[in-house]
Formats: sequence, structure tokens, C-alpha cells
Amino acid sequence: MLQKTQDATVAVDIENVTKNYGTFTALSRVSLDIRDNEFFTLLGPSGCGKTTLLRSIAGFEEISDGAIRLYGEDIAGLPPHQRPVNTVFQQYALFPHMTVMQNVLFGLQRLRKPKVEAEARCAEVLELVQLSAFAGRYPNQLSGGQQQRVALARALAPKPKLLLLDEPLSALDLKLRQAVRVELKQIQQETGITFIFVTHDQEEALTMSDRIAVMSAGEVQQVGTPREVYEAPRNRFVADFIGETNLLDVSVTSVTGDQALCVLPGGREITCPAAAVVDPGPGHLSVRPERMTLTVPTDALLTGRVENHVYLGTDMQVMVRLEDDEILTLRVQNSEAVVVPTIGAEVGIALEAGAARLLAD
Amino acid sequence: MSQRHDLRRFPGFLQLTLLCLLLLYAPLMVVMVYSFNDNTSITIWGGFSLRWYEDVFFGVEAPKFKQAALNSLSIATMAATCATIIAISSAVAMMRARQLRGRTASFALINLPLMVPEIVTAVASLIFFSAIGFTTGYATILVAHIVFCIPFAYLPIAARMQSIEDTYEQAAMDLYATPAQAFRLVLLPLMMPGVFSGFLLAFIISLDDFLITNFVKGAGIETLPTAIFGSVKTGIKPNIMAISTLLLLVSVGFVTLSYLASRMGQNKEQKT
Repeated sequence: MLQKTQDATVAVDIENVTKNYGTFTALSRVSLDIRDNEFFTLLGPSGCGKTTLLRSIAGFEEISDGAIRLYGEDIAGLPPHQRPVNTVFQQYALFPHMTVMQNVLFGLQRLRKPKVEAEARCAEVLELVQLSAFAGRYPNQLSGGQQQRVALARALAPKPKLLLLDEPLSALDLKLRQAVRVELKQIQQETGITFIFVTHDQEEALTMSDRIAVMSAGEVQQVGTPREVYEAPRNRFVADFIGETNLLDVSVTSVTGDQALCVLPGGREITCPAAAVVDPGPGHLSVRPERMTLTVPTDALLTGRVENHVYLGTDMQVMVRLEDDEILTLRVQNSEAVVVPTIGAEVGIALEAGAARLLAD
Repeated sequence: MSQRHDLRRFPGFLQLTLLCLLLLYAPLMVVMVYSFNDNTSITIWGGFSLRWYEDVFFGVEAPKFKQAALNSLSIATMAATCATIIAISSAVAMMRARQLRGRTASFALINLPLMVPEIVTAVASLIFFSAIGFTTGYATILVAHIVFCIPFAYLPIAARMQSIEDTYEQAAMDLYATPAQAFRLVLLPLMMPGVFSGFLLAFIISLDDFLITNFVKGAGIETLPTAIFGSVKTGIKPNIMAISTLLLLVSVGFVTLSYLASRMGQNKEQKT
């Protein structure tokens, strides 16, 4: 899917990039435009090609076909050390035999920056990641979170045109991860550097990104803002991968423009937005668990019997078995005001306006 | 593991262990103790003395042993240096080249000299040198030593490199280091404990080699082991015991250094 943007400067133009390993295709004609000063995320399950794409941009993988342009200049043929691009590695790859300061200075020294300028820049980035007091330490004397920040400082020091981040938060524990997310986004905004962030964690992607490219099996499934990919998933993969969703088997009777008329299990009809051109016939409807409410069975769009409850703290997950034996999962807020029907009770289900969406396969 | 299956509780375990240790170390102990014997006989104890050590450094045979020791040390230094450089190159090639054809074959080829009976290598080297018309002497010893030291230098270096992920070099290249700089500034310093340990191992292997040296050395040049052997042929004098003890101490010292070097590397790795 190609999203051409006229309004903003394109930082990275990835055009029909293909990468084959023998007979295995890791990337299949991937095209993306990443805008200047954007926090762009490549999101997908392991093996979807996101890391291969990142490594191709960094220069560690040679692409089989296509072009990668950085501010208009084709960089696909350049070795890694000639690309004005820096990477934060998954395991940080801090040089264990060098101090924090020597690590951060490494890139600046290779660029032959004058000593005074390099040291000033080093102090500046260490300040940015709040590690000025640790300049003389060795990586093994730092905590995981601190190492992660050194890796970030080291990659930011040479002022790259583009910063690549390969799942940099995956080695941190949950609390720290949440704090670093906010910090990382702030640093991106302060420095104005374009970030390409690779993750398999959809929550990370949703909270930090300006735009997300959802990838699967070496192809880009959808590109959009976090809200777009969550609320208007294009196909079943995107709907299923980002957040939780219910996929209902429906039969599509007619499609007018971007609205479709579908018959729900149980016989009721609804009109809902269609993600793409969908032909009449069997289709899949995506409904988010938090966009449905439990009602009385009479006159409801869907009816069924409560199968199970799962207590999740902030929410309660309620599984309802529909008449056609499909199981639908709802999220009910854990509150005194909400009465959760007992297991076995007959219930009706109401959908919020626009909650359902017909998907392409 | 349950107590019943503990090897230490098998009958005769202690006795067998002691017997093995005795057989291994008793001769060495005898040599070391009798090197301090104040008697020209090698079997009758005549009191403690350092006279044989004095004899080694200042006696009639001193110049001969001194020259032999110098030959041994210079050959060991050069052979270990060359072997280490070759071993580093091959370790990098074996571990870093993504699709190196015949990796297994190369590994076998590098380590084959460890398996080949030394006498075969010795005879083969001699035949080879005479076939190409190389005059036997200092140079032939050096070349032969470089060759058989390679696997000994290679093993610790390769073991060390196995634990170094290639992301370090990638990070270096990502930060604008050329491949040569990435090697010099990042990979080589990280390999250093292995390199040091490999060098020391190669050094002592070269230092105390007798068999191959004896075949390829030709007339008129001696290394310490061949010189000792030469003296022993005319009857064992206690000064030989003194030299042997000194050589043993040097070897033990180097092996310990080599072990410490590789352990230092491991400790650093664990903390990271």
C-alpha cells in the first residue's frame, strides 16, 4: 500500500523493497514514505520482516530489489558507515571495554569532529538522557534502563538524519518500559530527528507513534495514525493484531460506497462502514470488546448466553455464546454501577454506533 | 544428584585418584627435589645446595645452554606471534564470514595438526624441507614451529570469539567506523583475553617442543629441549635436573597466565 504525501517533506522513501533469503521472501515489494520529524513505527509479529526492513535501512542487509532514499538520496548501495543513520540496538551493543563517555564519543570521533566540539556534544546528549553523572562508568556498572539510555545517547550524538530503534524497550521491565516510552517520545520531539521504531508490542506502537505501519509476512498491511489502525483496521490481520477484537461471520447483502449492509448471526441486519472494496457474500465484521454493551435479550441486535467471566482488575471480560455457537468477548467496566449478568443468563448485545466494521480478508 | 550415585562414593575412588596423582607428579617431584642435591650422584641425597643451578649459569656447559635457551626463547616468541596473527585472521574469517564455503572443512584443517601423531609431522616436515631444498637450521625450526602452533593459538581465540556477538561490530560501523576501524577499535580489544591466552599457549608449546625440532633443526643449532636431550645421552648429571626444573617453572608460569587471561575475559563478560 502506497501512501504518497504531498504536504510534508519525505525523510525516507522506501520503494518496492524486496529481500529474499534463498527461496524465502522476507520483504515483498514494501513501499513506505516516512515523513520528516516523524515518530514512525514498524509493528508486526516476529518474522514479519520489520527488523529486516530496519536493518536494510541501516545497511546491514543488502536488499534484493527496490530503492531506499534518504531525503532524496539513494542509500541502498552504501555500506553502513557511510549512511547518516544511527541505530539503537535491541541488546544495546554498548562497547563493554569503553566508558559511557567513550561510547558516546565513538561516532563523533569517527566523523573526525574537533575534540572540543565532540566533548560538548557528548555532554549535551548525556544531559538529554540524564546520565551526566555516569560518564566515567563502564556499561557493566549500569542498570538495564541506564544502558538503554546510553545506547540512545550514543546513537543521537552524531546528529543522524534518521534514528532507527530495534525493539529498544524489550529488555526492560514493565514499569520502566512505560516510563521510557514517554521519555523517548519527548526526546524525539526535542531533537526533531525522524525516528523509525520497530516493535511487536502494539501498546508501545499506539502510545508513541505518529504513524504506524502494520506488517505481516513481509508485506505492509496498513499505514496510518494509531487511531486509524485501531479504529479503522483495513483487514482481518490488522484488526486481530492490534488490540483485541471479535470477528463475526456475516453475510454481506449490498455495498454502497463505503457502507455495507450485512446480516448478523441471528438474522438482524446492520449497516456499517466497510474497510475496502468488499463483494457481497460471506464477510467478517470486526467489533472491539469495549464498544459493545450488554442489554436485555428482547429486541437486541445479537442475543446469547453468558458463558464465562474473567476478572481483569479494571475490567471484567464477559464471554457470550451466540446462537450460532460463536463466542463473543465483551469488556465491561469494573464498577458498582454495572451489573454483570451471571453465567448462564440470556443476554442481548448492543453495538455502539460505528463500532462494527466490515473487513477485507 | 543423589548421594548414592555420587562418583566420590565408589569403592577405591580415593586410592585410584592418589595413584594417578602419584604416577603423574612423583617423577616431577623427584627431579625438582634432586635438583637441589649437593651430590654428583643423581640418586643419593647429599644435602641441600644450589650448586647445580650455579653450574647451569656459570659451569662448563653454561654457554651451550645459554645459546640453546636464547634460540628457544626467540623461536618461541616469533612462532607464537606469527601463529597468533594467523589464528586471529582465521578465527575472524570462520566466525564472521556469513557464507564461508567449507567452514567445517576449514575447521578440521586448522585443528588437524592436534590429531596427527607428532612423529609423522616431524618426518613429513623434514622430507618437505629437503624436497624444496631448504637448508635445515634456525629458519626451518621457526617455520615448523609456526605451523604446529597455529591450532594451539586458534582454539582459545575462537572460543573467545564465539561469545562476542557481531552486533558490537555492527554498532561500530553504524557509528561511522570503517570495517578496519570496527576490527581494531572494537572486535580486537574484546578478543584480547583469547588472543593473550592463545599466544601464551603457543609460546610454551613451541618452547618445549622436542620431537619436531630435533628432526628439522639440522646440525649445529640447539634449542633447550634438544640441548638437554644431547646432554642426557652422555649420562644424566644433576645440572640437567636444574635446567628441567627451571623450564618447568617457566611453563607453569605461562600456563597460569594463560588461564588467568581467559578467566578475566569471562568475568568481564558475565558482568556485562
